[in-house]
Amino acid sequence: MSIRVGESASAPSFQKAALPLLEDAQLRRNIRHATDVIQRKRGLVVAETTDWQELRSAASAIKAHTLRYLDHYLVQFEKACTAAGGQVHWAADADDANRIITGLVQQYGGDEVIKIKTMTSEEIGLNEALERAGIRAHETDLAEVIIQLGGDTSSHIVVPALHKNRSQVREIFRERMNLPDLSDKPEDLTAAARHYLREKFLKVKVGVCGANFLVADTGGVCIVESEGNGRMCLTLPDVLISVAGIEKVIPTFQDLEVFLQLLPRSATGERMNPYNSLWTGVHAGDGPQHFHVVLLDNGRTRVLADPEARQTLHCIRCGACLNTCPVYRQTGGHAYGSSYSGPIGAIVTPQLLDMRYGQSLPYASSLCGACYEVCPVKINIPEVLIHLRGRVVREQKSALDPEALAMKAAAAIFTSRTRFEAAQRLGRIGQWPLVSHGWMRNLPGMLGNWTRVRDLRALPRQTFREWWKRRAKSGSSGPKRKNGDA
Amino acid sequence: MPDTREAVLERIRSALGDTARSEPAEDYAAIPREYIRAGRLDPEARLQLFLERLRDYDTHVVETSVASLPQTIAAVLHGHGQKKVIAADGLAQEILPRDFDFIEERAASVDDLNACDGIVTVCMVAIAFTGTIVLTHGPGEGARRLTLLPDRHLCVVRAEQVVETVPEGMERLAQFAAHPMTFISGPSATADIEMTRIRGVHGPRFLDVVLVR
Repeated sequence: MSIRVGESASAPSFQKAALPLLEDAQLRRNIRHATDVIQRKRGLVVAETTDWQELRSAASAIKAHTLRYLDHYLVQFEKACTAAGGQVHWAADADDANRIITGLVQQYGGDEVIKIKTMTSEEIGLNEALERAGIRAHETDLAEVIIQLGGDTSSHIVVPALHKNRSQVREIFRERMNLPDLSDKPEDLTAAARHYLREKFLKVKVGVCGANFLVADTGGVCIVESEGNGRMCLTLPDVLISVAGIEKVIPTFQDLEVFLQLLPRSATGERMNPYNSLWTGVHAGDGPQHFHVVLLDNGRTRVLADPEARQTLHCIRCGACLNTCPVYRQTGGHAYGSSYSGPIGAIVTPQLLDMRYGQSLPYASSLCGACYEVCPVKINIPEVLIHLRGRVVREQKSALDPEALAMKAAAAIFTSRTRFEAAQRLGRIGQWPLVSHGWMRNLPGMLGNWTRVRDLRALPRQTFREWWKRRAKSGSSGPKRKNGDA
Repeated sequence: MPDTREAVLERIRSALGDTARSEPAEDYAAIPREYIRAGRLDPEARLQLFLERLRDYDTHVVETSVASLPQTIAAVLHGHGQKKVIAADGLAQEILPRDFDFIEERAASVDDLNACDGIVTVCMVAIAFTGTIVLTHGPGEGARRLTLLPDRHLCVVRAEQVVETVPEGMERLAQFAAHPMTFISGPSATADIEMTRIRGVHGPRFLDVVLVR
């Protein structure tokens, strides 16, 4: 099995990757501005939806139910989609999916594909795999065009280029589209992309897309988008290939009434995004006459196997948790070293990779809970983060790791009264070289990480326990306060 | 590959190992759905909400009556200076202005779509709460590419097609679930550059809704 999530296996730890990003004032300004705008818009359209909490509860219950019967619904989807003229493929991992898609493109004689933004294809590294087979993949979502032409990577699951401002976009388009006189007005930049892509839409014979929802009872596929590039890729080519995680299936067409209300408001702060497309297999005389769906596992069944983290698979990729996260808002998405960033990325990436990579990600959070509050499908991200931190310690750290040893020692001390009191007495004696005026300001070795950013109170001359004992004997009414006592 | 299919399904079943499972249908029926299904507005307020939400997302709206629909369509098309206009196949002839020379959809190539000034269609359902029109691409609604490549889309909506809530809309659409479907909420747009909403990236830059009441 070769499960991959973008380049996350070779990415540096979050803490390391974040440092240079925090130094980049322009990047931080761009991210702050974009996330502020989306959050404000989201707030307005969520507030006018008086049954928002009821919609969240229903969505969460639908997703939990679907996962409980995932095998049933996937088979049902496969049957319905096939009956409508589609062809369903199953992929165990990234390489499997890339092999299937590359094979299909070659089978239909294509050497180019046009793509709708799909995070799943970034997860499996589809563009690179196609490139190796001599097939050019053209991204068509405006943000993905900016990323692709700029040789960059996505920093947000909904607005991948939010770390670039207009003048940075202009520089990329000027050079790569050969438009020396292009202005930096968003209208002009958008028009340049429209012109640049129109010819590709009309010419390229194979389209590749993801899926927002796979509808089990009808075999339909739903794509939610804004620009119309999606509709172009879904209707103009002869062949359409959709790659979708197995968790994207929902039981019925009717369930869309819940998700189509939650997703746009959460993702872009719109009541409804400009275009939702739904199609079922192939439709005679309208759109591609060859349709393939690739159902992707790539580690998802592992997430399913952990009951405490299973809710991770509820995610509908709206990005609301990124926009609200105080950590993401400082660093942007690149620090997460994965196609999935922000709080949801911090729980998705390491789990898909069986906790072998991305172990720093569950720590990239202050556990403030803002992500849980905005999540339209009620994923309790802080709870999963803590659970995964536990797994990192249990499964990954060697028993001789200094932190693990320290924690073990601490556990031994804190679980016994005599050991705890002895440790306090020892500490009081041992701390004197480090204390000045009742504070410790420079601890040695690894403990120095603590005092680098804060001071630590010295252990008091008399502990609460000691005071309590003496009080019982002498009947005194309070502790004596001396300099250095806390 | 059939063995990958079996392997994935087997991994799912073993991952769910201890999870209590019954009949999917029974479990599905127990999902709480306490959200608003039926709208609460009277018909006039519902239409007003629809118009307001359309305008809010840059849709140009005109109201008319059945009797004056053809003149209204002609006035909108002339108002924008549109000459080469394609009418969706299956559109009822009596709604179209007689003195306007429409191109038939079936006669139009992709290049014609790309080069025309606009198109005229009807829709199947409209949702007031979100300002959405839904096409099921049946007679009069056009094939999917018809409402995509041209720069202007004029859509005729009858008052009785307008529902208030998304669940009401989905209920009406259920019988067309096998059709391709397009939900349109305003003209195509993007906010990918600095979250500034720009109208018209790849789909029509202008959407005209003619509401018949």
